[in-house]
Amino acid sequence: MDLLTIIQILDSTVRLATPLLLACLAGLFSERAGVIDIGLEGKMLVAAFFSAAVAAATGSVWLGLAAGVTASVTFALIHGLASITFRGDQLISGVAINFLASGMTVLIAQDWFSQGGRTPSLTGGARFSEISLPGATALREGYRETIADGVEPSGVSAIYWDLISGHTLLVYVAIAMVPVSWYVLFRTRFGLRLRAVGENPGAVDTAGVSVVRLRYAAVVIAGVLCGLAGAYLATGLAAGFVKDMTAGRGFIALAALIFAKWRPWYALFACLLFGLLEAVGNRFQSIDILGIGIPTQFMQALPYILTVVILAGFVGRAIPPRAGGEPYVKER
Amino acid sequence: MDKLPKWADVALIPLINLLLALLVSGLVVLLIGEDPVEALQIMVRGAVGSTYGWGYTLFYATNFIFTGLAVAVAFHARLFNIGGEGQAQLGALGVALVVLWVPWPHWTLALPAAVLGGALFGAAWAAIPAYLQARRGSHIVITTIMFNFIASALLVYLLVGALKVPGSMAPETARFPETTFLPTARDIFAAMGISFGRTPLNISFVLGLAACWATWLLIWRTRLGYEIRAFGQSESAAVYAGISPFRIIMLAMLISGGLAGMMAINAVMGEQQRLLQDNVLGAGFVGIAVALMGRSHPLGVLLAAILFGALYQGGAELEFETSVPREMVVVIQALVILFTGALDGMVRRPLSRMFLRFGRRRPAPAAGGE
Repeated sequence: MDLLTIIQILDSTVRLATPLLLACLAGLFSERAGVIDIGLEGKMLVAAFFSAAVAAATGSVWLGLAAGVTASVTFALIHGLASITFRGDQLISGVAINFLASGMTVLIAQDWFSQGGRTPSLTGGARFSEISLPGATALREGYRETIADGVEPSGVSAIYWDLISGHTLLVYVAIAMVPVSWYVLFRTRFGLRLRAVGENPGAVDTAGVSVVRLRYAAVVIAGVLCGLAGAYLATGLAAGFVKDMTAGRGFIALAALIFAKWRPWYALFACLLFGLLEAVGNRFQSIDILGIGIPTQFMQALPYILTVVILAGFVGRAIPPRAGGEPYVKER
Repeated sequence: MDKLPKWADVALIPLINLLLALLVSGLVVLLIGEDPVEALQIMVRGAVGSTYGWGYTLFYATNFIFTGLAVAVAFHARLFNIGGEGQAQLGALGVALVVLWVPWPHWTLALPAAVLGGALFGAAWAAIPAYLQARRGSHIVITTIMFNFIASALLVYLLVGALKVPGSMAPETARFPETTFLPTARDIFAAMGISFGRTPLNISFVLGLAACWATWLLIWRTRLGYEIRAFGQSESAAVYAGISPFRIIMLAMLISGGLAGMMAINAVMGEQQRLLQDNVLGAGFVGIAVALMGRSHPLGVLLAAILFGALYQGGAELEFETSVPREMVVVIQALVILFTGALDGMVRRPLSRMFLRFGRRRPAPAAGGE
């Protein structure tokens, strides 16, 4: 395996990790505030559909993005209504949201486009285009010229022009969201209160801060981030919406969140790791490690297996926010 | 807190929730430009208007009885087993192995063995998350979700490798031998001289009814059932009464997984007659809706399962006759879960207040609280 192949795999790792990362950070905000969110999958799916549908109809990816985020936030508010206002079961609400997204997207897609539950393929301005960082084109040309000259290039320059440059805007946004999330959660008053509401809502309430408002804020932030994740899936990674296109990514993001022990920087690495597994699984049918053939199905199951291992506490302990999953009942 | 009379809790609230879900579904149908009344008529006619419709309705219902009971038993111990899908897949593997490996002379011999195989494999798949919850405190919802994905990867691995028919391209096992085919409703009714449509409804439906009855016995007539309910009501009180949480979590989840695994008797042995990659078709998740609607009572689960069976069959007819795709059923299912599960408080709270107000006027304490 030469350097260029490795760089190509890493390049697709970054692409595949992006929706995971955005959804994972969405889960981070929600769960740190004490609202468990297994509806990440559903929110990504509605966002994917509406961003693709609106982008296809208007030809503008920005309008698509706005529509996707709006749809995702709407679903987030349903989750908030059920789990914060009506103190329902957050897990059941998440399950309902996933089904609602899975059914509604196909229903509306069929009604609007009649193409068997998909949107038309997106082209041109209806997709996010790849951003070429300064100097990347020149380096790539240089690389091609060395091949043309008959010299085998080292491929080191490809780290810049292939791996770092040439992604769509949302990839860079996703990566930038990691330090932003860290800063908001751990260096601002809002973040302190948000984390407190996930550990001990009673104390926050006693301090005169509204638990309900904080939790709604967290749920809406999760909605926006899931919206970005879904929009990236349909308008960046793929060119349009197909039925159930999230394909369990919301659950892998949830797994990454646990794997990262509810921390932003760890989340980045967990998502990159799971993205790498997917990228390797996409490229090779089976992999030989020390003479033992590892089937792709094992690679696909690995994120889930790793999460179970982490959850079981055999390798480091993942301790969730203490008030997670419990509706807050104000004392009278 | 219990301010509602029992009949309101078990009948009125689920009914209101269901009506709300159907109302919103009707709005959705209206929004995509179809007539909701006509859609409902097509669904009802398709589901229960003929022996053919009934056959499919009850066939789907049999799947949902098993997965619904699985979720319900776990609910009684306040465990949310979201892994019915994976447990049913493993159950299917168990059933397929039993049926394919032993040359059964007759289905009457194969059936008990297959029930055992399905239940054991399903229970085994629930055992690991149960153990991790009981001993290591890992959240059972998350682990069972993860186990769903692991199960489907495992099944794909086996079906493209060890279990595939040599020389065949399709990722499925060999067809089950004909001696193990379960008698269908058509055969049984034909023997009685009644003509019944050609449907996959088979003897497993009777097994499903038996499972409902056995679950009722277990939960309300045995010591273990009492312990499960006590544990579900209050873990600390149960521990004080000498009930071991480890034992209850393990047993409740094993029974739950076993019930989910038995679904394969109907779906795999009864209909598909070979092991396919996707043999559960979401029934594991429908079980959640069924258990919620049925208030975790076996009779409620039975009724809810038949309702959902009718919904699935009616949805198929709807797709056939109009432009409304089959996914309409998924939307209805989601709304039922949302209204009966998550938004329950929306109906319950005002209703309790109403009962409290009108209950007080009577001299006898109509409300059963203290």
